[in-house]
This record gives sequence, structure tokens and C-alpha cells, in this order.
Amino acid sequence: LKNNCEYQQIDPQALPTPTPAPPPHHGNDRDKREEPKRPRRKWQVFPGKNRFYCDGRIMVARQSGVLPLTLGLIVITSGLFFIFDCPFLVKHLTSCIPVIGGGLFVFVVITLLQTSLTDPGILPRATPDEAADIEKQIDNTGNASYRPPPRTKEVLINQQVVKLKYCFSCKMFRPPRTSHCSLCDNCVERFDHHCPWVGNCVGKRNYRFFYTFIVSLSFLTAFIFGCVTTHLALSTKNTPGSNMELVICFFSVWSILGLSGFHTYLVASNLTTNEDIKGSWSGKSGEGVTNPYSHKNIFINCCSVLCAPMPPSLIDRRGFLPTDESVQTAGAGIGLAAKSEINVVGGSSQPASGLQESPSPVPVPPHSHQNSSSV
Amino acid sequence: MAETHSLQDMRQQAAVAAKVFIQRDYTKGTVCQFQTKFPSELETRIDKQQFEETVQTLNNLYAEAEKLGSQSYVEGCLACLTAYTIFLCMETHYEKVLKKIAKYIQEQNDKIYAPRGLLLTDPIERGLRVIEVTIFEDRSLTR
Repeated sequence: LKNNCEYQQIDPQALPTPTPAPPPHHGNDRDKREEPKRPRRKWQVFPGKNRFYCDGRIMVARQSGVLPLTLGLIVITSGLFFIFDCPFLVKHLTSCIPVIGGGLFVFVVITLLQTSLTDPGILPRATPDEAADIEKQIDNTGNASYRPPPRTKEVLINQQVVKLKYCFSCKMFRPPRTSHCSLCDNCVERFDHHCPWVGNCVGKRNYRFFYTFIVSLSFLTAFIFGCVTTHLALSTKNTPGSNMELVICFFSVWSILGLSGFHTYLVASNLTTNEDIKGSWSGKSGEGVTNPYSHKNIFINCCSVLCAPMPPSLIDRRGFLPTDESVQTAGAGIGLAAKSEINVVGGSSQPASGLQESPSPVPVPPHSHQNSSSV
Repeated sequence: MAETHSLQDMRQQAAVAAKVFIQRDYTKGTVCQFQTKFPSELETRIDKQQFEETVQTLNNLYAEAEKLGSQSYVEGCLACLTAYTIFLCMETHYEKVLKKIAKYIQEQNDKIYAPRGLLLTDPIERGLRVIEVTIFEDRSLTR
């Protein structure tokens, strides 16, 4: 009897439990309609290998390199200086010494953090519409299964022929002086180099911070070196702290002074490390090749590199992504293409959700200047 | 999403027929300038001179943003002395001009381009690489 009742009570429209009903489709539809309308910020779908903190306010490269080491060395050496040398020097010389040292130390740390945590001038990747438009303009004779030969475009800049390369990751022709950093997987404007000491690329937006950092660090290192030598010369006691400072400063002062000198030369001739190392304008590749970006005047070059108006960050990391609704109303293919920075992220093999956590297969060799440029 | 009836929302209801991209002009170096060449796809929609005037005004505004003058030198030196911390509190000269540019584009869209079924996208939203001109289907044409 009970069985009969059950059979009669079965609702023909109800899904019978044994048959595999398609729950994913239903689930998705319901999810779309009930989706909480909390908009996401653009940094959450950023295609490069950067990490973001404080809801997109602070950004660092994927590998922080030896930034903790740099910071540690500076803090420890300065700390030892204040603890061991300052009391003696204040007593025997002048009390200005800790003031100058303190000022330099603060300046160095601030500019270091500015260099590491600022967007170096990352170019956002081309939207699918742009990429399609560029493809149309290039005569594409190859099929899609293999990578076609590198595409270049020649432009005339101040009467100098410059070749612009096509970036396969970012799907656009790189502007002049822009290079793709393979460690950060970003195209960076006025790319200088990727500095592991600072844990970030050095490019258009943070070059002045970097330059100020190394110059002030030279002063700080030289200052501490001088003070420690004075201390050891005037005093009969040899404190272990002073000895350690002496060793650290001795080895670092030459390299940092050398680096500062090199970058001063670059600033005065409006060159980047990348261009200098490749010899782009030194005449190796041809005759009559001069730097088209130089203003031919040292003072103007320095001012244009260090005192030019600060360019804005182009990646708008704290901006909100357009919500999915606008994608659906604007029409199928074209609408999706127009708003699909969310869906099709750079066309590279990295998934949109796990970008910040993607494993980095490339180990970072400890060079002081990394020239990372991919195809 | 609230029904704002703004220009952008209305445009999203219309179908996009095509997009034209005005590329950068690098003949003067890395300063931000756009090519003033009139694209052929817009010939039926807008007057060539009008369009070139818009692009030329944008070019002038971007040149103003990046101009090296005594004001920028003073700002740069002052910023250096404060270890660039003033950039955290102050709006930079470039940002002020970008706001002007956004207002200009909005104005041009409202007055000139929207009535013709076109929409200019602010280049800053495309990383200062292109000026994107969206061409909407002309509803007045009935077949």
C-alpha cells in the first residue's frame, strides 16, 4: 500500500534522483542571477606577475629578490653606527653627526621603499579589440599553429630610424624605449633594468626614486665609512660593531659609488641601462646612429629625466571592473570583446583567478643588473 | 545597476558596428601624441576637419601635461628634497591635466560625437596607447 501511495505521489516534473540531472548548468544560471554585486578591482585580475597589498595600493614584483637583504643591511649598519660610533663621536667631535646620519638614513629608506613599491611604468595589455585591429594591419600569412616570425615596425623619431617590436605577451607594438620584463611579465615604459636588490623593475615612473636612492646611499655609506675610520683612528678600543661596519662599508662603498657614477652618466645622456648594454645608440649597429631622445644638453637631459612631471600609473589597479551585466546587454560577441578584460586576460596561459599565486619556474640569478627582455 | 540613462548606458544598448583605433605618433619621441590622420571608416560619419581638430587639441593637452618648464623643475627639486613623499599627498601637474582631458572628451562626446553615433574613449583607459573610437550602428538607416 505504501509503495502504491509513493508511486502516485511522485511528481512527474521532479528530477528523479538516480538520473544525472545537469546541476552545473542550473547552478550557473542561478549563480549568475543571484551573484552578489560586489565589484572587483582591476588589480585582482592583473595579468602580470606582481603582488598587491592594501587593496591594490602597494605593488611589488613577483619575486622580492634580495630586498629584505638590502633593507636589513642598511638598517643593521646604520643601527650599529648609532649605537657604537655616535656616542664617541658626539663626545669628541660634534653632535651634528647623528643628525646628519639620521637624516641620510631616513632619506635612503624612504627612497628605497618608493622604488620598490611604485609602479615602474607598466603598460596595460592590449584589449582584444586592439589586438585584433593590429593583427588586421599586419599581413598575417602564417597559420595559427606556429608563432609567426617576429613582427617589427619602423618609425622615424627625430630623424632617426627606430624599430618597434611586437610583444606577443601583451599583444601590441611596444612603444619606443619599452621592454618586456620576463621576471614580472610586464611591458615597462623606459625600461632601465630589473633590480633584484630593490625587488622591482626600474622604469619611467620610479627611475628618479632609484637614482635618488643610490646617490643618497653612496653618501650614507661614505659618511658611515668616514665616521667609523675616524672613530677607530681616535679611539684605542676596537668595538666589534665598528669592525663589522667597516667591513660592510668598505665592500659596498666602491660598488655603490660606481653605480651612482654610471647612472649619473646615463641621466646626463638620457640613456637607459638597457640601451647602454645593447649599444643601441653607440654606433655598433650602423653609422650616424645617435640617441634620438637626448636633448643634446646635459642640464636639460638631467632635468627631463629627474624633474619631469610625474607620469600617472597606467594600470589603474584600484579601479573597479565593469560588472557582468554590461557584458550581457551589449550584445554577444562584440560586447564581450569590449568588456572582456575580465574574461580574456592577455591571452596568455595564466588563469585569471590564480595570477598572484602562479608558480614562478624561473630562478633569479643574483646579478646586479638584469636585462630581461623577451621576444 | 541603477538606471542612470547616461550617455554610456544608452550607448551600451546600441549595437557596436566597428571600432577604430587612432595610434600613437612617435615622430617627436616618447611624448604622448596621437596621429592626426583621418581614418577612412569615419568618412561617412564625421567631418574630417572636426575630427582632426579634436585630436590636435588632445595632443596639445598631452604636450602641456608633459611640458618641461620652470614650474616642473621647481616641483621636481622640491619633491626630491622631501624624498618624493609629497607625491603621496599632492595631486601632480600631470594628473590635473588628465582631469582636464577627461572633461574635454566628455564634452566632445556629448556635443559632437554622440549625435553622430560615435563614442571616444579616453586614452588613459587604454594605457595611453590608442584613442578608441566606437562606431555604433546607424539606427536611422532602415532596410
